[in-house]
Amino acid sequence: MFEWLITPLSYTFMQRGMLASLMVGVVCSVIGCYVVLRGMAFLGDALAHAILPGIAIAYLLQGNLTIGALAAAVAVALLIGLFSRQGTIREDTAIGILFAAALSLGVALISSIRTYAVDLSHILFGNVLGVSPSDLRLVGGFGVVVLAAVIILYKPFLVISFDPVLAATLRWRTELLRNMMLILLALTIVISLQTVGVGLVAAMLVTPAATAYLLTRRLPAMMLISALIGAFSSLAGLYISYYANIVSGSAVVLVATGGFLLAFLFAPRRGILWQRLRFRIRKK
Amino acid sequence: MMEITENRLSLIHVSAGYNNQRVLNDITFQVPHGAQVAVVGPNGAGKSTLFKALVGLLPLQSGEILVHGLSLTNHKDCVAYVPQRSEVDWRFPVTVADVVMMGRYNRQGWLGKANREDKDAVRRSLSQMGIEHLANRPIGELSGGQQQRVFLARALAQEPHILLMDEPFTGVDAATQEDTLALLDQLKAKEVTVLVSTHDLNMAAQRFEQVLLLNRRIIAYGPAKQVLTPETIQQAFGGRALLLGDLAVVDECCPPAEEG
Repeated sequence: MFEWLITPLSYTFMQRGMLASLMVGVVCSVIGCYVVLRGMAFLGDALAHAILPGIAIAYLLQGNLTIGALAAAVAVALLIGLFSRQGTIREDTAIGILFAAALSLGVALISSIRTYAVDLSHILFGNVLGVSPSDLRLVGGFGVVVLAAVIILYKPFLVISFDPVLAATLRWRTELLRNMMLILLALTIVISLQTVGVGLVAAMLVTPAATAYLLTRRLPAMMLISALIGAFSSLAGLYISYYANIVSGSAVVLVATGGFLLAFLFAPRRGILWQRLRFRIRKK
Repeated sequence: MMEITENRLSLIHVSAGYNNQRVLNDITFQVPHGAQVAVVGPNGAGKSTLFKALVGLLPLQSGEILVHGLSLTNHKDCVAYVPQRSEVDWRFPVTVADVVMMGRYNRQGWLGKANREDKDAVRRSLSQMGIEHLANRPIGELSGGQQQRVFLARALAQEPHILLMDEPFTGVDAATQEDTLALLDQLKAKEVTVLVSTHDLNMAAQRFEQVLLLNRRIIAYGPAKQVLTPETIQQAFGGRALLLGDLAVVDECCPPAEEG
């Protein structure tokens, strides 16, 4: 058993992949708590796809792909805020329009770069074994920034999510805080690109946090449990990917989904089984 | 020594609304120090809009709001707001004590920890509202009346100068209603200025000395007996007044004033 766990780690690319996955798993799961509580799952998915044209443009200009991705994600995040703030169209409509536009633009650009087409599947589903030392530094750096921001801004983020009216009476800058949260989300998505890819990052944002929601009653505990679930899913997913030879991003997400189903069925108080039991007991 | 007798809250030609729609039209009124005002009007009269403008959530289209003679932006934390129960996400993972502690956030800042004074204030507010035993419960597990008490306790912990309550008598049990009214009496002793929106004319007439009758503009403002006359109510509520039977209620309380 021990050997089974240690063998993959004898490769340095595997070590880097593990570390990157671990960081991404934790960061996604923590910021994902706000995604779940604020109902931003659709927004997260849209931001992930908005990255595509950014990467393509950066590639065409021979610039840094990560910076291209980040610029695109932040631009779309702020555009969604701008479109929906006036109240002329609903937020989910604004997201839908920008999401489809960004994805189309990205695919159009990438399809024009013939040599690059092979890498499309890496962007969509991640390529955890291709994490370079500089990628790892980037993931680590941005990951720490996001986690630190979530801790420092705990109170304002809690208040704008739970009770925006209180935020207004406290004279906290609701609009600014909301945009900061979107930028943190964009950062998270960018660092997730390498490990789970554009197609699956939404699952990493939502699934561990939703599982933790079923198991806890307070936000700090929810974040902690979510981080643990995210970390576990990432590691377990990578081992499964190594031994069963399947795409790493899928393996990670499937492990997380398994965890969610278990919690959905068996969680104390909120699980299906518990509620059935309580119903029975009440009936008697 | 007497406090400055400046009106605590003044609205001067205030208009407000959403986008290009105007909900409130040219609202001007003053609330003296420590007064308690019932804001009455039919659905859609702009009661919630008025409160949102008062907390600074809704930018004014014109006019100004002054607290102690200064504009709203000069004040932090002096206005507390008790939301309608339907506005709150009750599935959010916070406990009763967490919510009440939010009332102290402005004293702590973003990074500050709760000190002894904050913890005492939370405990006092909880016990004053009779929900000390629920402190560690998630808010989603509470009854309607208990939920209302949580937000009243938070408003107490905030120690505001002005307290706004949006429909606190709607959809709660009689005991919670009575406790809310008892709380209003205590706040009166502390000279907290209170605005309460309600569509219960009976409650407004019997329990509040000042009434603001609103329907997108001010229909009448002043002592309850002068404000709640059949004419003004007809004006504010239109056909709905007769249908609801609210006029009968008013007839009971107001004729003596007219006779006298």
